[in-house]
Amino acid sequence: MDFLTLIQVFDTTIRLATPLLLACLAGLFSERAGIFDIGLEGKMLASAFLTAAVAAVTGSVLVGLLAGIGGAMALAGIHGLASITFRGNQLISGVAINFLAAGLTVVVAQSWFGQGGRTPQLSGNARFGTIDLPFAAEIRDIPLLGPIYADLISGHSLLVYVGLLMVPLTWYVLFRTRFGLRLRAVGENPAAVDTAGISVVGLRYAAVAICGLLTGLAGAYLSTGLQAGFVKDMTAGRGYIALAALIFAKWRPWYALGACLLFGFLQALALRPDVIEGTLGFEVGVQLLDALPYILTVVILAGFVGRAIPPRAGGEPYVKER
Amino acid sequence: MQRMPQWADVILIPLISLILAAVLSALVILAIGENPWAALKLMVEGSLGSTYAWGYTLYYATNFIFTGLAVAVAIHARLFNIGGEGQAMLGGLGVALIALFIPWPHWTLALLGGAVGAALFGAAWAFIPAWLQAKRGSHVVITTIMFNFIAAALLNYLLIGALKPQGSMEPATGRFPEATHLPTFQDMFSTAETALFRGAPVNVSFFVALIACVAVWALIWRTRLGYEIRAYGQSEGAAKYAGISPVKIIVVTMLISGGLAGMMAINNVMGEAERLVLNAVEGAGFIGIAVALMGRSHPFGVLLAALLFGFLYQGGAELALWTSIPRELIVVIQALVILFTGALDNMVRMPLEGLFLRLRRAPKPDRKTSPAE
Repeated sequence: MDFLTLIQVFDTTIRLATPLLLACLAGLFSERAGIFDIGLEGKMLASAFLTAAVAAVTGSVLVGLLAGIGGAMALAGIHGLASITFRGNQLISGVAINFLAAGLTVVVAQSWFGQGGRTPQLSGNARFGTIDLPFAAEIRDIPLLGPIYADLISGHSLLVYVGLLMVPLTWYVLFRTRFGLRLRAVGENPAAVDTAGISVVGLRYAAVAICGLLTGLAGAYLSTGLQAGFVKDMTAGRGYIALAALIFAKWRPWYALGACLLFGFLQALALRPDVIEGTLGFEVGVQLLDALPYILTVVILAGFVGRAIPPRAGGEPYVKER
Repeated sequence: MQRMPQWADVILIPLISLILAAVLSALVILAIGENPWAALKLMVEGSLGSTYAWGYTLYYATNFIFTGLAVAVAIHARLFNIGGEGQAMLGGLGVALIALFIPWPHWTLALLGGAVGAALFGAAWAFIPAWLQAKRGSHVVITTIMFNFIAAALLNYLLIGALKPQGSMEPATGRFPEATHLPTFQDMFSTAETALFRGAPVNVSFFVALIACVAVWALIWRTRLGYEIRAYGQSEGAAKYAGISPVKIIVVTMLISGGLAGMMAINNVMGEAERLVLNAVEGAGFIGIAVALMGRSHPFGVLLAALLFGFLYQGGAELALWTSIPRELIVVIQALVILFTGALDNMVRMPLEGLFLRLRRAPKPDRKTSPAE
């Protein structure tokens, strides 16, 4: 594998890791506050559809993005209602949200555009264009550093940089602010937070709303950054891979970046079987690469390679003592 | 904590949830510019209007009985087996191996062998998540989700590689030999003059599904193991104190659950397709969740809910055929049923409990202040 191929594969890695990263951080906020969320997939899908649909109609991707975030947050609201207010089963609620999004997006897309459950192809301002960082063209010719800067770091869409910036931001919010401390406390010991006179319900709703916002960004990137339009089931299990990455990262932001880059790298390799064969000298099945994130997560979950311990109050509705 | 009569719990609440889901579905149909009443009539006609239509409805219902029972058994031990999809895929693999590589003399033996193979493979796929939950405390929901994807990749790999007959381009196994073909309802019930269920895929596995319902009922309420499963589900602490091993209950329950999900393959792989194709399960594993929640984890409830979803599935296919409403509408209805009967259960339950409390108090104002539990 020569240097330029490596740059290409890493470039694809960054693009494929971005939706995983945004969704993973979304799950991080939710689960740190004690709300399990297996509905990441559905929220991404809803946002992917609404962003593409509204962008196609208005011609502006930013209006589309707002609609997408709105859609994801509406689903997050349902999840909050079910799991916080009505103290229902958070896992079942997540499953329902995934199906709701999978069904509604196709039904509505068919009704609006009549193209078999897809939106029209997007172009121009209806997509997120690529951003060239300053001096990218000038230093491209410098060996080694030039291509890394110009082709790998520069030239992605806005949401890629937003996703990368979200990592330090998430770390800061969770570990250096009062809100973050309370949010983590509510996922470990909600009774203590309640005793301190802070609203458990309010904090959990806030976490679920942030989760909706970030999955909204993730979905928008899928349909307007990575691809040009919505197609049926376009999330293709990414919500679950993000969930796997979250466990892999043991519910920590910087580890989440690492896990998402790793899983993104596996996805990028699956697109380039020729590279793997050229490097390793033998063929590796695409199916194995597809399954590897899940297998690695099961191994991590099994606790053979470092133990993954979820927030203690995760998945349990909080009932005030009476 | 008996706040309301049992009939309200088992009939009224699911019914209200179902009505809520139906109303919202009707609104969705209205919103996309179709007539909900006409859609319903078309669905009833297309799924219940002829023996052919019934043949499809019952075929789908058979799948959902197996996957619904799988989820229901796990729920009794307070385990949420979301991996029915993967377990059913592996069940298909088991059936395919047994049908292709063992020369069966007669379909009855093949059915028996297929059922055993399907159950074994499905159970094996549930074993690792179960063992990890029991021994290492890894959450069974997450591991079973992961195993769904691993199963899909595995089947993909096998159907493109080892199991594909030479020269074939399609990712599927070869056709199963003649002796393993199960009799359909058409073979069983048609007389010389009138052909019933003509061309419909419903087959003898429907009766196996009914037997499975009875067997699960007997297991849960008439055996020591069933008692232990329910005790563990009610209170892990109490069960432990009574000498019930949590490891044993988790593993055995998940094995039974996985086996039931796997047995779905005798219907869709052995009975209908007569070969193993990619994505043979078609989401039936997930519908099992809705079916079990709707049926309140009771085998009879599961049977009724499976029939309802069979009707929805076949009716939805008819809708997609004759109107511009896509098949995915069924996924929306399924989601709403899961949402209302599962996640938003308390939304229906709380006001209803309040209502029953008030009703009970109202006629006897002079009654002593007995706690109204």
